[in-house]
Amino acid sequence: MNQETEGAGPGAGLRRRGPEAGVALLLLAGGLVVIYDSLRVGIEWADDGPRAGYFPFYIGCILVLSSGWTLARTLLNWCQDTTFFSQWSELRDVGAMLGPLTVFVAAVPFLGLYLPGALLIGFFMRRHGVFGWLTTVSVSVGVPVVFFLIFERWFLVPLAKGPVEAWLGF
Amino acid sequence: MDEINSLMQGFGVALTLPNLGFMMVGLLLGILIGVLPGLGGANGVAILLPLTFSMNPTSAIIMLSCIYWGALFGGAITSILFNIPGEPWSVATTFDGYPMAQQGRAAEALTAAFTSSFVGALFAVLAITFLAPLLAKFALEFGPPEFFAVQMLTFCSFVGMSKEPPMKTLAAMMLGFALAAVGMDTVTGQLRMTFGFTEMLKGFDFLIAVIGLFGIGEILTTMEEGLAFKGKSARINFRIVWQTWGQLFQYWRTFIRSVLIGCWMGITPGGATPASFMGYGMARRAAKDKDSFGKGNVEGVVAPETAAHAAGTAALLPMLTLGIPGSPTAAVLLGGLLIWGLQPGPLLFVEQKDFVWGLIASMYLGNIVGLFVVLTTVPWWAAILRIPFPVIAPVIIFICAVGAYTVHSSITDVVMMLVFGVLGYLFKKLRYPLAPLVLALVLGDMAESSFRQSMLMSQGNVNIFYANWLVGGLMAVAIFLLFLPAWGALKDLLRKRETNAHLHQ
Amino acid sequence: MRIKTFALNRLLAALGMTAAFLGSSSAMAWEPSKPVEFVVPAGTGGGADQMARFLQGVIAKHKLMNQPLVVVNKSGGAGAEGFLEIKGAKGEAHKIIITLSNLFTTPLATAVPFNWRDLTPVSMLALDEFVLWVNADSPYKTAKEYVDAIKAGPDNKFKMAGTGSKQEDQIITVMLQKAAGKKITFIPFKGGGDVAVQLVGKHVDSTVNNPIEAEAHWRGGKLRALCVMDAKPLPYKKKVTAQQAWSDIPTCQSAGIDAEYVMLRGIFMPPGVSPEQVDFYVNLFKKVRELPEWKEFMEKGAFNQTFMTGKDYADWVARNEALHVRLMKEAGFIAK
Repeated sequence: MNQETEGAGPGAGLRRRGPEAGVALLLLAGGLVVIYDSLRVGIEWADDGPRAGYFPFYIGCILVLSSGWTLARTLLNWCQDTTFFSQWSELRDVGAMLGPLTVFVAAVPFLGLYLPGALLIGFFMRRHGVFGWLTTVSVSVGVPVVFFLIFERWFLVPLAKGPVEAWLGF
Repeated sequence: MDEINSLMQGFGVALTLPNLGFMMVGLLLGILIGVLPGLGGANGVAILLPLTFSMNPTSAIIMLSCIYWGALFGGAITSILFNIPGEPWSVATTFDGYPMAQQGRAAEALTAAFTSSFVGALFAVLAITFLAPLLAKFALEFGPPEFFAVQMLTFCSFVGMSKEPPMKTLAAMMLGFALAAVGMDTVTGQLRMTFGFTEMLKGFDFLIAVIGLFGIGEILTTMEEGLAFKGKSARINFRIVWQTWGQLFQYWRTFIRSVLIGCWMGITPGGATPASFMGYGMARRAAKDKDSFGKGNVEGVVAPETAAHAAGTAALLPMLTLGIPGSPTAAVLLGGLLIWGLQPGPLLFVEQKDFVWGLIASMYLGNIVGLFVVLTTVPWWAAILRIPFPVIAPVIIFICAVGAYTVHSSITDVVMMLVFGVLGYLFKKLRYPLAPLVLALVLGDMAESSFRQSMLMSQGNVNIFYANWLVGGLMAVAIFLLFLPAWGALKDLLRKRETNAHLHQ
Repeated sequence: MRIKTFALNRLLAALGMTAAFLGSSSAMAWEPSKPVEFVVPAGTGGGADQMARFLQGVIAKHKLMNQPLVVVNKSGGAGAEGFLEIKGAKGEAHKIIITLSNLFTTPLATAVPFNWRDLTPVSMLALDEFVLWVNADSPYKTAKEYVDAIKAGPDNKFKMAGTGSKQEDQIITVMLQKAAGKKITFIPFKGGGDVAVQLVGKHVDSTVNNPIEAEAHWRGGKLRALCVMDAKPLPYKKKVTAQQAWSDIPTCQSAGIDAEYVMLRGIFMPPGVSPEQVDFYVNLFKKVRELPEWKEFMEKGAFNQTFMTGKDYADWVARNEALHVRLMKEAGFIAK
């Protein structure tokens, strides 16, 4: 990984080839998984039509071939590749969203949807916005409360709840 | 004209002050349901059901069916504003609706979407009014081979439109098919690709994939371009509604085409989601400026919305006459009918004349009132884009998470939403097209089961796909559409060769 | 001093009694404290879903519960999704599930790990009947004529449409196959409504729809009922078509076809709930059974109105499970 050192200038960023190869590899692996499981359930054409694995098998094959093609091309042109996936500064911005989003999703199984939702909204408003504490708290608490009223009380759709809601008696 | 007399009586039944009030309640609830991903018609019926017991069945069905109209209208709103389809049938609306919003034309896109919805529904109701017995008979012609032919046709009308690298288009499409195959195989009852994980049993839901790929993926992409949604500068006033209407007349061909597709798909019943894709695909095929699709062409909003709404409305016909619901919401309405002691079926039109014609009259009224309600709210919806990004972005994420969770009340789905979101971002950056993936996810499962059902019927003989004029004709059109772009590309290639050859000489 | 002690004793006694009273009353009558989730292990529009939504409606209408009942469809993996959810919600009394035969068939056919013994039986609501239907335009007037025609033709000449794969409809098809001695092509569809329409459209030769799924088409003169798969004819004597009532359909046994099958429509709760909580739901459904709407619903769908709770119910389920194991083994539907 030497592009970091050479990329000190303003045009520096993540080369396209890395993510390109990564996604192609992921799809290739996915295709292999599909083929593997199709072989298990049967891929032949019986006298009353195709078995459960017939179509998935060919789908897996095409997936392997098409992503293999992309992967091979990326690897062959590895050194010539000069295009950028993103600027580092842009990736940082994406990370600023993806990080909290991942924390939010990771918290949902333990705390339910409401509390992490409030924290996410509050975090963003403080971190990226210019809002006072009063506005921040009222919006970040208000939105989940409105959702609680709409979903749980009105439409009778129970959403994921955690220990805090249980402690409040819901 | 028996129908006209009956319809006039129906208007007499539907046009009472309390019924108009119920209509408004139903519509507003429906719009709310349509806007929030994760709430469906079933939820709307759940909250209104207790209220309907003290009413007569006609008022009750008017209110409940208005939820349905409202949801059809409302589905377009989040698609256009935030690239998040509120309902599955508004996915195709995002293709051009969202770029329009980004260009500051949100109000125009919303007006076009609502108006097209109205036109689609209106013509579908007209068809129901005058052709009900004929259409019901037509629906009975559809067995598994015919269903497969329709799914082929939908698919073929859509392929070949991607500008992305062909190998990536193919990979994206295959990924969609592979995801659609996860879970239980309906024909043999075998589990596929679940690997013993109970979370995988239910398969990959279309809505969760779409919320992730489009909604979350879009937010991540937006982050690269700075902390703001484009399109903040949207002009917001009522004049836009009139201006847009003025423009829409030139798309009369698109309207007619989409109405036909929609009615047909609703009755057979293929469903509103495939109808919207087919409407979009066909409009693009027929257009002169194919390249402007996907970049904010109004026609790309008109075509899928008209088809989806026509299909959604026409789907009520097989429900009333045959008792098969064309959509999940129709299924819940069907449940409603049973509770009031009305058995849908061929005799409903004979035994419950007042009820049926009241309902049909309410379809006209509900859509007119609905159009009025949604159009008056256009400026408010468009104004949402003015909310500062640090507020709206986390709220959208929260709404997406709620939407993903409610599909199966499963936390795994929220995690899946995140995975699809990252995938959506990567795909967009690496030029993998999302539309073929989504289409394959919608159609893959259905098409595979109808194909294999057909094979069971014919004992493995493929001749069943040209055994009669209907299925044979559909298949022929499908194959024609499939090879049309290839033919065009070949011609281009030859022409290029020729000019090159000339140049070299 | 003495008086004081006396007063204190009385006070204590009174307190004790109040406590005992409060304690006993809460033990006697448990009531839900939040909305109750009513899980349907099938999609919207099917027989179980219709019954669940009907129950939701009448319970709300007659205010039989202080909290709302909310129907949730969890149809993934032929219902496994719903059953696994109930199995996993140990001690949660705010969840109930309605069953169809996939309570037995799904774990047998797919080896997904659940069994009715993982759940708490509440009560049987009714038994759903199965009727052999053909298109009204077909030449077969009786079940015997139809089976004779199957016997006379080659294997796989006749097509049967049914709901799901390796579930109740296909089990019954296997019974018919045995009676006829010839193979019948079974074509699985997603829902009972679709199945009935496929028969009306003459894409298949017969179905074994539940009465409620085919009633409208029968009344409309599109379908013909050949026989019912119960030990005795249905009790409903009111005319449905111009000539026939449900009670006029002969049993399949009487036509010489050894096919007897009914489907459980019963309620289960998660494991680890208290008897008081079970009692609440038992009483709730007892009250529902008294309602005129329920009686009308039963007649419309020609249900077998057997009602069981407690040990009777558990015993019945155990016997029915054994029956399914035997039938599925014979048909070769058990997952390896």
